[in-house]
Amino acid sequence: MKPFAYQRPDAAGTAVSTVAHAGAAFLAGGTNLVDLMKLGVTAPDLLVDVTGLPLRQIEPLPDGGMRVGALTANSDLATDPVLRTRFPAVALALLSGASAQLRNRATIGGNLLQRTRCRYFVDVTKACNKRQPGDGCDARDGEHRDLAVFGTQTPGGGPAPCVATNPSDLAVALVLLDARVELLTPDGTAQMSVHELFRLPGDRPDLDTNLPPGALITAVVLPPSPIARTSTYRKVRDRSSFAFAAGSVAAALDVADGTVRDVRLAYGAVAHRPWRAYAAERALRGAPATVDSFERAADEELGAARPLRDNEYKLPLIRNLTVGVLRGMTEASW
Amino acid sequence: MERQLTSDITLCVNGRTNELRVDNRTTLLDMLREQLSLPGTKRGCDHGQCGACTVLLDGRRVNSCLILAVTCQDAAVTTVEGLSSRTSTQLAAPQERPALHPVQEAFVAHDALQCGFCTPGQICSAVGMLEEAAAEGATLDEPEIRERMSGNLCRCGAYVNIVAAIEDVAAQGVGAR
Repeated sequence: MKPFAYQRPDAAGTAVSTVAHAGAAFLAGGTNLVDLMKLGVTAPDLLVDVTGLPLRQIEPLPDGGMRVGALTANSDLATDPVLRTRFPAVALALLSGASAQLRNRATIGGNLLQRTRCRYFVDVTKACNKRQPGDGCDARDGEHRDLAVFGTQTPGGGPAPCVATNPSDLAVALVLLDARVELLTPDGTAQMSVHELFRLPGDRPDLDTNLPPGALITAVVLPPSPIARTSTYRKVRDRSSFAFAAGSVAAALDVADGTVRDVRLAYGAVAHRPWRAYAAERALRGAPATVDSFERAADEELGAARPLRDNEYKLPLIRNLTVGVLRGMTEASW
Repeated sequence: MERQLTSDITLCVNGRTNELRVDNRTTLLDMLREQLSLPGTKRGCDHGQCGACTVLLDGRRVNSCLILAVTCQDAAVTTVEGLSSRTSTQLAAPQERPALHPVQEAFVAHDALQCGFCTPGQICSAVGMLEEAAAEGATLDEPEIRERMSGNLCRCGAYVNIVAAIEDVAAQGVGAR
C-alpha cells in the first residue's frame, strides 16, 4: 500500500475543503476503501476520516419520512424500529448485504459509494476501463456471469466500455422509494435523488456516480409514502448468506379490488446503476393484479436487456423474482 | 503540504491502555498481532471475507483487517485473549486453567473446531452476536444463528458443532461478557 497522510477533522466544511486537494479521499467505515487500497486499485495520498463528524442521527420526520445521517452504521439503520415500519425494504436490503461484522462498521453514505466487485476491476493485472479509462474491458469476454444485462450497449448499439454492476443492496431499495441524498460540496449544500446519483458508464466508465467533485454525502432522506410500508426486498445469490446478488428485486404494491393502483419496482445486480423498472411499473398500473400481468410487466422491462455471453440466466431469474415477489405481496393483501 | 505518514494513537486493548506510533497503513489486525504481541486474532483472507480477524471494537464485532489502526484513537478493543480472565500470554499450570468465557467453554464442550484457525474469530463474533440478538430481542434458533454468523467461514466445515455451541450459550441466556 502506498504511504498516505491522515486527518480527522471535526467540521464537515473542513473535511470538504481538505478533500478538494488532488489525491485526497474521504474515509468513513473503510470496509471497501481500505480493501481497494490493499489491492492497489486506489492509492490516495491523504485520507480525510469523516467519522468525527456529527452525521449519525436517525430522525423520523413528522411528515412520515426519515432522515438518516450518512455516518449511521448499516446495522443501526437496519434494526431501527421506525425504519422497519415505514420503509421495510430498506431494512431487508441492508440485512441481505455483507456480514454482521461489516454492517457494524460500514456507513450508509459509504454503502452508496462502494465500488463494483467486478473481478477485473479489483485485479490490477487485468484491463479495466473503470480503473483505467481506455484500457479495455477484460470482463466483456471473460468471467462475467455476475455482471450487467442492462446498459451493456451504447445507444448506437456498440459495446459499452464497462459492464460492471453496482454492488449495493441498499441503493436498490432507496431508488425504489425515491430517496434523496443531501450533500455538502465545496460550493455549499445540495441534494439529488438517489436515482440521479447513479449513472450508466457512458463515456466515463471511471465514474460510478454523478456526485459533484469533492462532495460529501451528509444524509439520506426517505420521503413519506404510504406504499413504502408494503415495500420488500428479495435477493438471490450463490450461497444463502454473505454474498453479492446474482439478481435482486425491490418492490412496493398497492392493490384494490384486484387492480394494481400503484406499484414500484427496482432491480439490483443487473446494471451499472440500481435499475428502477419504470416500464414494468407503467405496464402494471391499472392492470389486474394477476400472475399474467406480473409476467407481462417483467417482460416489458426485460425487453431492453442485452445480456452478455454467460449471464442470460439473469433474465428468467429477474422475471421469476418479479412475479414471485408481486404475487406474494398480492396474496398478503387479501 | 506536509505529509505525516505515521500517527500517535492511544487505545485500550483488553482493558490495558496503550500508546503507540503506527504507520498510517497499519491495520488494527496487524497492530494487535505485531505491535501488541496478541496473535490470537488471525489473518485469514485479509479482505473482510472470512471473519478470522473478528474483534470487538467498542463492544461491536468488526473485521480488524479492514480497519486502519490510526482510526482507533480512544477506542476499546477486546480480542480473544481478553475474553477469558487471564491473557493467553501468561502461562498457567493445568490446575490454574483460566476462567474461560461461556462461549469459549461451549466451543470446548461441543468440540466446535477442527484446525482452530477460524476459532478466535468465531468466538469473538459469537460474543458480539449474542449481544446484538439480546438488544434486538431476537430468538436464536439454528437458522438465525447461521445467518447471523455468516461472516465467519470455517474451511474445516465445523459449522454443525459451532452452531450447537452457540445455541447452547444462547439457551443459557448468557449474552454479554
